[in-house]
Amino acid sequence: MKRRAPACAHAIGVWWGAPDAARYLVSSDFRRDHTTMFLKTALLVLRKDVAIEIRSYEILATTLFFAVGCVLVFAFALVKEGQAPPDAAAAILWIALLFAGTLALGRTFERERYGETIRALLLAPASRPALYVGKLLGILCLLGLTEMLLVPLVALLFSAPLLGHLNLLLPLLVCGTIGFAAVGTLFAAMLMRARTRDVMLPILLYPITIPVIIAGVRGTSALLASPPDEPTAMMWLAILVSFDVVFVTLSLWTFEPLMME
Amino acid sequence: MDFDSVRLTDVSRHFGRRRALSKISLTLRSGDIVGLLGPNGAGKSTLIGVLATLVTATAGEVRYGQQQARDAGPELRRRIGLLAHELHLYGELTARQNLTFFASLYGLDPRPIVDAALERAMLADRADDPVSSFSRGMRQRLGLERALLHRPRLVLLDEPFTGLDDRSVGMVCERLRQLAGDGAIVMVATHDLDLADGLVTRVALMRDGRLLSDEAASAGLRSRYRSVVGSA
Repeated sequence: MKRRAPACAHAIGVWWGAPDAARYLVSSDFRRDHTTMFLKTALLVLRKDVAIEIRSYEILATTLFFAVGCVLVFAFALVKEGQAPPDAAAAILWIALLFAGTLALGRTFERERYGETIRALLLAPASRPALYVGKLLGILCLLGLTEMLLVPLVALLFSAPLLGHLNLLLPLLVCGTIGFAAVGTLFAAMLMRARTRDVMLPILLYPITIPVIIAGVRGTSALLASPPDEPTAMMWLAILVSFDVVFVTLSLWTFEPLMME
Repeated sequence: MDFDSVRLTDVSRHFGRRRALSKISLTLRSGDIVGLLGPNGAGKSTLIGVLATLVTATAGEVRYGQQQARDAGPELRRRIGLLAHELHLYGELTARQNLTFFASLYGLDPRPIVDAALERAMLADRADDPVSSFSRGMRQRLGLERALLHRPRLVLLDEPFTGLDDRSVGMVCERLRQLAGDGAIVMVATHDLDLADGLVTRVALMRDGRLLSDEAASAGLRSRYRSVVGSA
């Protein structure tokens, strides 16, 4: 028996001017065919981005270099006689991620602008939200690799017991990165044709993702407290999950109308 | 979905206060090769963007057969092929990787069609070289094959002859005639009147976002262009 989707989903999609999104939500075969096609498209875009990156290592190298440089500068400035100010490690970790992530977002979409390949992607019969998810997954992979380098580096330079709390630090980093990258991917795509995109991206992105960064920093600080305050870290993790749900949902809804000229 | 005509009725498009298209009414039919001619800034690329469903018309209506673009969605886009001035290719990827990616994005099995497309683009021996190492003409041929991979009904080409040598121009012209013969609707925006003369079956002349003339192609395209566009 065919599943009937809620009428409000269709109405909201039409109201946003997003026929693809509306169709995506009201399709009776939503759970089967559409999900498979959606994932296939997203993975196809991800695989293409990985193939390009493997040929140049351009974005990965610049992002890692920038993130490490950022942590080193703060370490030279703040660590005196092997002692860092309290909570500095958490703040530096998230600041480095924020700045390196902004750099990666801009560069990733610069590739789609050069040669106007974004128009070819949008013209394809694939689901446009799936294109967004593909680009988002690429950014997440990139930031994941950056975090794998940053966490041990910050732990070493700031004598912070980050690696001792991986059971909670990992979810905090994953959720914080998803929240930041979800909004960042949307804005970077939206600003692709703007001449002032390099200036506008942080101006738009930082105020909206501030709650994510605050939750990430406070959650990480709670883990680094002596003794570790796990209930507080859990609370900030729950807040991050809520942000992720809101940001990812809104981004999926708005991607198609925002990309139309 | 499929269609055998595209009808534009009073289509306008404004970018802020600038009017890129002003009340364009035009019908394209299966088998047509329509030459879209006009000086720089005439609105040719915007019109192609509107036909490709990538640019939304501020006013007016575009119908593909019986359907409007906003009602059709992905199934309509499956029937449209676009080659713009920028060739929609990833320079870091090889020719084969580019074609395979776009074929997969259209839900096609890439294996048989990619090899055939590389043969037609005369790039079989360079299939595994990155596109950034190609000349403009080679990229142009590859871009054309990318746009035609999925056998579109509506073929939109913006300056398709840029960078091509005489032999390649002849092959592209022959390919376009073949597409039109198979029932495609082909629209070619170009500044090259000599190439358009003899290729196109209809001519749409534009200036300042307005359609000045839509007529059957006849000999002496250059003088007709001068009399309509130059004197308007």
